Amino acid sequence: MMKLFDQNIMKIRNVLFGLITVALSAASGFLTTTDAQIAVQGETVYTVSGEAIQNGIVLINNGVIEEVGSEDEVDIPSDYERHEAAVVTPGLIDARTVVGLAGYYNQDHDQDQLETSNAVQPELRAIDAFNAREFLVNYLMEEGITTIHTGHAPGAVISGQTMIAKTSGETVEESLVDSTTTIAVTFGPSIDNNYDSPGTRAKAVAVLRQNLIEAREYADKRAAGEDQSRNLKMEALADLLDGKIRALVSAHRAHDIMTALRIQREFDFPMILEGASEAYVVLDEIKEADIPVVIHPLMTRPSGERKNVDMETPAKMKEAGIPFAFQSGYESYVPKTRVARFEAAIAAANELGFESALHALTLGAAEILGIDDRVGSIEEGKDADIVLYDGDPFEYVTHIEGVIINGEIVYDGE
Amino acid sequence: MMVLIGSLLAFSQSTPQAFTGATIIPISGEPINNGVLIVQDGEIVAVGDADTDIPGNADLHDVSGKVLMPGLVDTHSHVGEGDGGDYSSSLHPDVRIMDTIDPRSKEFRKVVSGGITSVNIMPGSGLLMSGQTVYVKPKPADTIEEMLIVVDEETGVYGGLKMANGTNPLRSNGSPGTRAKSAAMVRELFIDAQEYQQKIEAADGDPSEMPERDLRMETLVEVLEGKRIVHNHTHRHDDILTAIRLAEEFGYRLVLQHVSEAHKVADEIAESGAHASIIAIDSPGGKLEAINMININGRELEDAGVNVAFHTDDPIVDSRFLLRSAALGVRNGMSRKAALESVTIAGARMMDIEDRVGSLEEGKDADFIILSGEPLSVYTHVEQTWIEGEKVYDRSNPEDRDYATGGYEIFRSTNMHIHGERH
Repeated sequence: MMKLFDQNIMKIRNVLFGLITVALSAASGFLTTTDAQIAVQGETVYTVSGEAIQNGIVLINNGVIEEVGSEDEVDIPSDYERHEAAVVTPGLIDARTVVGLAGYYNQDHDQDQLETSNAVQPELRAIDAFNAREFLVNYLMEEGITTIHTGHAPGAVISGQTMIAKTSGETVEESLVDSTTTIAVTFGPSIDNNYDSPGTRAKAVAVLRQNLIEAREYADKRAAGEDQSRNLKMEALADLLDGKIRALVSAHRAHDIMTALRIQREFDFPMILEGASEAYVVLDEIKEADIPVVIHPLMTRPSGERKNVDMETPAKMKEAGIPFAFQSGYESYVPKTRVARFEAAIAAANELGFESALHALTLGAAEILGIDDRVGSIEEGKDADIVLYDGDPFEYVTHIEGVIINGEIVYDGE
Repeated sequence: MMVLIGSLLAFSQSTPQAFTGATIIPISGEPINNGVLIVQDGEIVAVGDADTDIPGNADLHDVSGKVLMPGLVDTHSHVGEGDGGDYSSSLHPDVRIMDTIDPRSKEFRKVVSGGITSVNIMPGSGLLMSGQTVYVKPKPADTIEEMLIVVDEETGVYGGLKMANGTNPLRSNGSPGTRAKSAAMVRELFIDAQEYQQKIEAADGDPSEMPERDLRMETLVEVLEGKRIVHNHTHRHDDILTAIRLAEEFGYRLVLQHVSEAHKVADEIAESGAHASIIAIDSPGGKLEAINMININGRELEDAGVNVAFHTDDPIVDSRFLLRSAALGVRNGMSRKAALESVTIAGARMMDIEDRVGSLEEGKDADFIILSGEPLSVYTHVEQTWIEGEKVYDRSNPEDRDYATGGYEIFRSTNMHIHGERH
């Protein structure tokens, strides 16, 4: 009881801090961007949106990319702070994680990724639980991850909402890119581990359909301007059915993926498939449904519903023309998070190749998440999120020498 | 028919096999460009440069452009679907994981796809002593006996003793409930074993004077006599020192396993002479007593002069990523030499099998791997794995390759060892 009380006090205090920060930020008109002027010189600059540039230069001004080109094309103004590296890429994107809701202690007080009081809770907002100062958020940043799509975990029929954040910033308001990106939906046996009911996969699907049918009615009344009392659960699901947000659907076994596609057709909501251990069995069906995939961590353990994972799935999805991105996923034990860069490396080495892996880890992920107007490539006008390396970003022995987020050097490799 | 097959195998074994053109990393010496490896009857006959004499009757294997190095040694794994002691007690030196391993487990196919040719398979860490470990070669076999690496023909020992301290063996409603109680229980049992050992010595070979057979005591006497090495799961710096303290009190040989906070007590570990078998993981956290585990342990232990090996603790790290662990060691400041030793000869020393495996030297077992390139590169694949002169994995064979990459129903019959909260 005492513990619960303490937690509530902590949460209230965090909310108050947040409000104060918002007020201060609004007053100063200054969030995480900076007016520092930086020139990054790379022996190889992977812009991702275009060809790699040898001896390239990226100019950063006021938090955004001002100019990019070869050293013959770009002049570095004398007052710009210079940084050099062997390899330069856009900031990397982890397209599905729970860090910030899940902390590294793995104790009750820092595990907010799955609420087990109810298996259907689309009203749970990630922004109300995200701890921008969580150790693991900073840890991912030091591995070159500058943007994370994080939020409620798989394991409930609907576990809650997800959000997109930068891995810098001291409050969720400072870090935030998008507050309500998806609603996390799960198909498969993991729900049974967390709830007495639904206790089977079939029952879970029935519960989901019933909720979506009610949400359809709610959405229709809302569209018609009819009076109805506000219902947070239904508001969130109505937004899904109206196409304002998407479903992030976890499914691993091929038949669970097919069920997910069946329900998506029935209710016609926008969807991202996540996990998808057996995607390679139903590539044609996924392609036909025109649904992008955030593929499971490539080094995930081959057990349970993930028993049939294949390190060559990303290569097969590329060949099939299915857009995909990488994720760190959800870990309940050790390691507490994986690193999307390391997972992409395994795909790169297993038939996908360097360029395609880097694309999926940057611009490809940004496109799937709908944030490619801001991040994912080194292009003029985009957020200045840049990573500097001393070698191939996917090689085990390579070091990160610098991370820049919103034009600010947030990590210098030390 | 079996006899005929047996003699055919024996015949093929006695034909020398010569591998030419590769960069050979013998571990026992400097890399050899355009090297030659010759094996026969399961053993290494010669390792040398391009001028090495190749017997006229040898089968030639042109492996130009490849890298050839010793098969990898994994000092801590849970493959093979075995088990250990139960919760009737926390002390099970009598229990053998050997009696429970499935030699046909498909996990062994995965192990060789990762280039591992010697494995220490251990019971879990939820007990102070969960049982005897087993050293095996993951080669095709119908019985576990065929896979055993017998350390010493005289004693017949083929494994160590798994011990654990810290939080894993603690029971909230039972014993031990604290760290101090854990140490006291272990000391008490070793004192019993010392007395048992004294009775055996007093009998001086007279069967009528021998104490009654006691499986628990017999195993611990092997430990006290230095014939059986203790593999002690431990994470926190104070638990590491407790493991060392008990080993010194009873004079047993100690391999520290995991050693998550080794970086805090590297000099003390070096001073004790204990070996350190460590793990590389992709982020800290997830397990409270291991929260300060960071991947600088390899560097710190190397600098302190400790014999250090990486292990997989499969399924915590998959057996296919042992070389990756060594590479992460280099990323965090370990020397390349120590990193390559950490997955070969250093681990062999922890299992008393360094005279047979862990380096490419004349007279040693013909256990080696052929890599597509630089051992510490993510882009490198294990192309072939050989154990005692027999090819046990070939990536060019689609069925073998499936174990390296995964896929549909590859691991269907396998029940992965699950640690729960106790690994």
